[in-house]
Amino acid sequence: MENTERPFRDQMREQKLFQSRVIVCAVGVLLLTAMLVGRLVQLQVVDTQHFTELSEGNRIRTAPLSPTRGLIFDRNGLLVAENRPMWQLVAVPEEIDDLDGVLNTLKRLDLLSDVDLEELANNVRSRRGFERFTLGNLSESQAARFAVRRHRFPGIDLQEGLVRHYPYAGAGVHAVGYVGSISSDDLEVIDRGEYAATSQIGKTGVERSYETILHGQVGYRQQEVNAQGRVLLDPASTEGGEGQPGLLTRLPTPGKHVVLSIDMRLQLAGARAMGVQRGAVVAIDPRSGDLLALISTPGFDPNRFAAGLSRNDYVALTTDLDNPLFNRALAGRYPPGSTIKPMLGLAALDHGSVDPHEDHYCGGYFTLPGSTHRYRDWREQGHGAMNLHSAIVESCDVYFYRLAVELGIDSLGSSLTAFGFGAPTGIDVSGEAAGIVPSREWKRQQFANPADQVWFPGETVIAGIGQGYMQATPLQLAHATAALAAAGRRFKPRLLIGTEDAVSGVFEEAEPVEIDGVAVADEAHWQRVRDAMLGVTSEPNGTGRTAMLGTPYTVAGKTGTAQVFSVGQDEEYDEENVDERLRDHGLSVAFAPFDAPEIAVAVIVENGGGGSTAAAPVARAILDAPFGIEDHGDSYE
Amino acid sequence: MLAITGFGFIVLYSAVGENGSLLLRQAVRCGVGFCAFLVLAQVPPKYFRVWTPWVFCGVFGLLLLVMIDGQVGKGAQRWLSLGVVSIQPSEFMKLAVPLMVAWFMHDRSLPPTLPQVTALVLIVLVPALLIARQPDLGTALLVVAAGGLTILLTGVSKRIIAAVGVVGLVSAPIAWQFMFDYQRARVFTFLSPESDPLGAGYNIIQSKIAIGSGGIFGKGWLNGTQAHLEFLPERSTDFIFAVMAEEFGLMGLLLLLALYLVLVGRGLYIALAAQDTFTRLVAGSLTLTFFVYVFVNAGMVCGLLPIVGVPLPLVSAGGTSMVTLMAGFGMLAAISGQKKRLAA
Repeated sequence: MENTERPFRDQMREQKLFQSRVIVCAVGVLLLTAMLVGRLVQLQVVDTQHFTELSEGNRIRTAPLSPTRGLIFDRNGLLVAENRPMWQLVAVPEEIDDLDGVLNTLKRLDLLSDVDLEELANNVRSRRGFERFTLGNLSESQAARFAVRRHRFPGIDLQEGLVRHYPYAGAGVHAVGYVGSISSDDLEVIDRGEYAATSQIGKTGVERSYETILHGQVGYRQQEVNAQGRVLLDPASTEGGEGQPGLLTRLPTPGKHVVLSIDMRLQLAGARAMGVQRGAVVAIDPRSGDLLALISTPGFDPNRFAAGLSRNDYVALTTDLDNPLFNRALAGRYPPGSTIKPMLGLAALDHGSVDPHEDHYCGGYFTLPGSTHRYRDWREQGHGAMNLHSAIVESCDVYFYRLAVELGIDSLGSSLTAFGFGAPTGIDVSGEAAGIVPSREWKRQQFANPADQVWFPGETVIAGIGQGYMQATPLQLAHATAALAAAGRRFKPRLLIGTEDAVSGVFEEAEPVEIDGVAVADEAHWQRVRDAMLGVTSEPNGTGRTAMLGTPYTVAGKTGTAQVFSVGQDEEYDEENVDERLRDHGLSVAFAPFDAPEIAVAVIVENGGGGSTAAAPVARAILDAPFGIEDHGDSYE
Repeated sequence: MLAITGFGFIVLYSAVGENGSLLLRQAVRCGVGFCAFLVLAQVPPKYFRVWTPWVFCGVFGLLLLVMIDGQVGKGAQRWLSLGVVSIQPSEFMKLAVPLMVAWFMHDRSLPPTLPQVTALVLIVLVPALLIARQPDLGTALLVVAAGGLTILLTGVSKRIIAAVGVVGLVSAPIAWQFMFDYQRARVFTFLSPESDPLGAGYNIIQSKIAIGSGGIFGKGWLNGTQAHLEFLPERSTDFIFAVMAEEFGLMGLLLLLALYLVLVGRGLYIALAAQDTFTRLVAGSLTLTFFVYVFVNAGMVCGLLPIVGVPLPLVSAGGTSMVTLMAGFGMLAAISGQKKRLAA
């Protein structure tokens, strides 16, 4: 009896317990609701007079005040981004009845550059009604033209605003970046309150990655408005208005100034030396990771973005065959060619797989045991007897084919990884490519077809001269060269060396960030490889000698020539361009002064032909710049 | 069912003070939510019980995913992008936690023993802490509330309740240490909104003006000056209650609250009539959680509670919360249907 009834009684008891709890909760619900109702009665019945006055009578509106964007300086204090006063056309959305009509009329009067009206209208609508929205910038004559017609455009106003200006135009654009109008995509990620009075935002480069520092903090000003939202009293427009009781003003905090690691002398010299050629130049201070120059050509004028780029101009930029918007220095991936020979030489020394004094005969080609396939040297007749030193100096391919095979792809790959290849360097702007250091594992993951996943010995051979699957960015190449120059020490590349408070003028320095260096068993290996690089520029057979003749400093370097193995999709229809774009890429790396390096540089000239003729002169121009040497002839033009 | 008529009514309210594409998007979400409601209402409740652990683990996995790979919006990492739509897994947790608690207690006899209570508290707190780290304190507290109410319904003894209360009070200063600055600012603002009228206190001041100026009968539909002159922030989401207060006055709000109470009453009735521990607990906790949302949102808008980002159930624009709520009501309807089937 007891046993059979037990579950039943339990059930009853549980249900009872549950019921009591539900009743407690129901009472709680009623109590809380009563509390809410009480509060509502208090607000809506008892105090309604007070709140109605606040709402119906004169009211206070909070208008945002935009902070002044921080300036950008180069390392020597030259101004590379400033703010200039300019007339702007602004819209107050809630005061415009027919937005599309108004925008159309403005466009007919040539007061709006040929932007997409629909997108502009959407941007205006996405703002809160009382937020002033900047439609575009006006020239003096446009402003005058609008001023006489102002009465026809309620809700549209002229205001003097600050617009970003880049004195060096395109010369620094791929490092500094640019600002542009805030897009609907930007609105998704920013704090709308902070940007309530701001019309431009950093889009690329330093302008983007240090946006929060440069932007500053928004301020507010309270205005008295009537029930229709018209401003009755604005403290900013009346003398002594700030003292008005109840009307508060919080001044915006201007953005901080940013000091770049860039040296504009080098930046300009590099851009001039590149001329109309496509390519990239990166110069790094091996002692700190400071980027002294970061150039990608062709560039473009960031002032056009800041002033409001028309749609047609933007399309022209994006469809340009030379792709000026593309940052080759950070995201361009190139086979590094012979420029990695010194690093491979170091790896082989460290690994003990090469005897630096032993000569190997170079007869113009290399064959793998048991194969007849000939891997050719760039010099058809061969280099004769070569040791490690002379093989680097003369850039003998056959010597490095053998070296790569004896080192093996696994060690070869890991040594290149230690120099920073195959992974982003961690520079403080976005858009960096990782590049590729090929390995057995990489190949397995890269290809779907099992037959393609096998690593072939021949792929190791060509990896010895930086060809095949390997891809490096110009930034990685400069970074690795800096590591060679600093005997293995590596710093995270950086564009910002400090910030300066716009109000107090206090300078805050950013410390260089040292990262894992390249470790070798015997420090003497560094000297051996570096001596060979000195030979490249100083010995009679050195491939970089011509370009570096007569420098007032000692320089070490290496040149490279990389085959263009594939034709881009866009190019193949353009008969005239095909030949030019199939030419080899010219590469050059260098560091100076030899004994205590202060600068390491990497240059890539797309389709420029040989590295010693196309790229090394550009490296020379960069190295010369700090000495005030400009244009040492037209040989490279 | 009575619940459905309640919906249609309240959802129509959301048209107030909005327009165009926003309304359309809300209608679509509402449609999705309603589908979820209809589908779930057809499912026999025992399947809910079977699915519960999987759902819980799935949502928990999504939460972990958000931590690793979430989209950062307005400084907090809580969105997960799934191709076309972004979802907020923490919203689903509000549903999954009470389900899990109910599942855990189903085969055990009530009231739970101390070790069982400890297990239950873990079920609630672990996801809540993950959400709090996103950081989304509001949702985390609601998950705790949902789970806590379920535990309360299991009939846990008064002594344990008192002990938890004491622990809560003691840990408050410790929690303060771990809070983000903006969260602390919200608490300060709640205590004294006038101290920062331009910044953090702005929302609550404007919201109170909107409610107060509405009076007994309101300013009339589309005539709310606070809302339409855009003094009021987040009008279509968290502060929609203030818009209604301004335009429909006390009368409108009382009607709305009455409708909510009817829903809550109906839910509690379903819970009382439910057949087994699982459905009983689920129905009870879903209903009470629903009320907590209403109370927290209304309370925050009229200055009774600090500002936490809690939407007004079934009215505020916002996708995940709408779908979650509708799914909850679908389960309620299913539980109530189960009784009828058994009776027939």
